[in-house]
Amino acid sequence: MAFIFTEDQEQFRDSVSRFLKDKSSTPDVRSLMATEAGFNPDVWVQLSQQLGMTGVHMPEDLGGAGFGAVEMAIVCEEMGKSLYCGPYFASAVCAASAIRLAADSTQMEALLPEIIAGERLACLAVSEHQGVWSDENFSTTAVARDSGYLINGLKRFVVDGGNADLIVVVAKDDTGVGFYTVDANDVTVTALESMDPTRKLAHIQFTDSPAQKLANGGSDQLKLLLDIASTALANEMVGGAQTLLDSALSYTQLRFQFGRSIASFQAIKHRLADLLLELELAKSAAYQAAQTLASSALWCADGQAAHPEQVTEHASLAKAAASEVYLHTALECIQMHGGIGFTWENDTHLWFKRAKSSEVLLGTPAQHRERMLTALCAQPTDLKDSA
Amino acid sequence: MQSKQQIEAQVRQWLTENWDPESNLVEWRSMLAQSGWGAANWPEEYFGKGLSAEMSTAIEDVFAEFGAVGTAQTGVRMLAAVTLLEHGNHEQKRQYLKRILTGEDHWCQLFSEPGSGSDLAGATTRADLDGDEWIINGQKVWNTSAHHANYGLLIARSDWDEAKHKGLSYFIIDMHQPGVEVRQLRQMNGHASFNEVFFTDARVPRENIISTPGNGWNVAMTTLAYERRSFDRSRDNKRSKQKGRIFVELKKELDISNEPYTWYPQRAGRVDLIMQRAEETGAINDPVQRQDIARLHILSESAKWTAQRAKAAQKAGKPQGPEGSLGKLAASEVGRLAARVHTTMSVNDALLTGPDSVRDGVIAEILVSVPAGSIAGGTDEIQRNIVAERVLGLPKETRFDEGPFRNVQRNSAAKDSGK
Ligand SMILES: Cc1cc2nc3c(=O)[nH]c(=O)nc-3n(C[C@H](O)[C@H](O)[C@H](O)COP(=O)(O)OP(=O)(O)OC[C@H]3O[C@@H](n4cnc5c(N)ncnc54)[C@H](O)[C@@H]3O)c2cc1C
Repeated sequence: MAFIFTEDQEQFRDSVSRFLKDKSSTPDVRSLMATEAGFNPDVWVQLSQQLGMTGVHMPEDLGGAGFGAVEMAIVCEEMGKSLYCGPYFASAVCAASAIRLAADSTQMEALLPEIIAGERLACLAVSEHQGVWSDENFSTTAVARDSGYLINGLKRFVVDGGNADLIVVVAKDDTGVGFYTVDANDVTVTALESMDPTRKLAHIQFTDSPAQKLANGGSDQLKLLLDIASTALANEMVGGAQTLLDSALSYTQLRFQFGRSIASFQAIKHRLADLLLELELAKSAAYQAAQTLASSALWCADGQAAHPEQVTEHASLAKAAASEVYLHTALECIQMHGGIGFTWENDTHLWFKRAKSSEVLLGTPAQHRERMLTALCAQPTDLKDSA
Repeated sequence: MQSKQQIEAQVRQWLTENWDPESNLVEWRSMLAQSGWGAANWPEEYFGKGLSAEMSTAIEDVFAEFGAVGTAQTGVRMLAAVTLLEHGNHEQKRQYLKRILTGEDHWCQLFSEPGSGSDLAGATTRADLDGDEWIINGQKVWNTSAHHANYGLLIARSDWDEAKHKGLSYFIIDMHQPGVEVRQLRQMNGHASFNEVFFTDARVPRENIISTPGNGWNVAMTTLAYERRSFDRSRDNKRSKQKGRIFVELKKELDISNEPYTWYPQRAGRVDLIMQRAEETGAINDPVQRQDIARLHILSESAKWTAQRAKAAQKAGKPQGPEGSLGKLAASEVGRLAARVHTTMSVNDALLTGPDSVRDGVIAEILVSVPAGSIAGGTDEIQRNIVAERVLGLPKETRFDEGPFRNVQRNSAAKDSGK
């Protein structure tokens, strides 16, 4: 299956890229990462309302642009390049997709337009213990009370947990896994001090927190939601790795030692070539995952939709591949800068730290490799063989 | 020659007569320097006993037995000591070595420059002789503990018409003078242990040159060889619980000396914590992680034994084999793998630095400190070149930097931060 971006998609990428170059420069990143919220609300509003990035993958009748997973992935890749600091991943990718997957049409109309417009920030609270999301992996409970539910439990490492107005939380009741919405005023949020200050994390404690249940959320939705999040993150990661590779390329050509540019040493040259190889492979995986996702049940009518296990296979494949490439590129980029690469003043460490935090977010590469294999084995024979 | 037992007996007797935990630290160390027991493998003329390294280790063991404080043989001041011992003249040795042993002086290494790191011999800091003084102008960078130092080991260019390696001279510079400005640099791990050092008409008395003008590169090789061998000498972070005035003073001295190095154990990867963390996190029960933990154990044990093999050969007076040149590269590998295993075991917790973190953020600090190991003291790439060319005897790189240094192409991209 050959993959190439359409003209429209390329144009969209250009406009996103231009916007981020302007609004998310490295000095911007450095000043935002030192703040508690970690993002600039003005830029967020522009990005949501003028460029429509937050709703690019959302239906038009809810205020979105009506495109799919590929366009969402383009935004993520560009954000990864510039290390954009803001709740795009948390609110527009994770929480909004969770609502779209799990809510009925009335609930969607009530919740999504504001989130898509960037007026209301949402986050997604799933993980408790380490690892990929799965039904067995959490113990937060939902108990019916009056017209709604009460949630109890601790969710850990919630991305932009401290910035959200609305929390989409996954919890269990007698019938199994469900999706619930909780107002941020009804929970206790502990902001975490993370080595990667460009992505804000929090623990969220639910104590008899009043909640509404989304009508259609269950295990299948959770699985597809992890595919969406993993695919988005994989694209963000290859974007970040590209910036690092560009930086290593330009620095090693500029830097002279022993009367010649250090890029002229084969020891450096070959490694740069290898990094390019790794990155292009990971990019192909991330792009393919986005394309497969674009034909998943969420964006594609029943009957033509991709097999759910293939969606999962490609998402986890891309996440595992991109994680390793990003971190490896970051370490090499530091090394190729020499002493300056180890300083705070040089920008490489910002991407290095994001690479590490992305590697463990949503599950480790080893866990995604497992998840990928499980999904592969679960596919019908004809699909598996064509692989 | 005296036997090991005889020497140990003498040290025991000497310590029985002299060791007093209530003594003043500098006075005690001065006494050690005078007696020769504080640096027994140094020449008798210069505060030692002229004994072998092996004997010297045996003597340290006796000191440990008594809980007695030894001389201040740590950090950059040891680079000064070995360099002076090998290349210094009599007056220099008498003047500086004793205060190195007593810990009264702090030193820094002023080698790297914005334009010359791996290519150390490309230094462009100038040294111009003016009457009885050398006038120094230029900039150094990445100089560990220069902010504490009162003396610096400086290489500077004294002749621009000579070939690159032949125009350098090696000086002892007084850091506390008007022409020397030290600015701390922050590292990616948040610490600020290295510095930029600026020289504007700084002065070095003529007698403070080590060896002769133009012989600086040879002298620097001694410093570097020691630095590259001693990268893994664990800095003693153990705090003595013993009582006595001297231990209070020792703690004060170590707080200053060790301040730039608190993250060095993390930089080496903290292999010592691996098994504890494997149990704590349950990684020891995970078949995939077990393999990585096992791999790390194999690597770090083999690296340790390689170092021991090299040391044993050295003690036995045998010529050095290839094992002696591989330690620094092996340490980089160990550090990198240890960082990976640690952070994999801790998963998300590896990111945390604040109150919710594991063991005070040590895992995060490992992650952001390990990258220094393969850069400081000569990068891995430079080590590989040394191994390939000097140990394996492979053909050398074609040179682009011959002829008078004045004409060699160079540029400083160090100010450019890359992106
Ligand atoms: C924690 C720390 C402490 C330090 N302390 C001191 C100190 O106290 N005093 C001091 O003087 N210096 C110190 N340094 C500096 C250190 O010695 C230099 O950073 C190091 O030698 C590399 O030089 P550079 O930074 O200029 O990098 P460069 O030499 O510019 O190297 C950049 C990249 O090019 C590669 N490269 C260069 N030449 C070749 C080649 N021929 N073949 C293949 N690859 C090549 C390098 O390996 C590296 O990957 C310290 C550095 C660190 C990180």
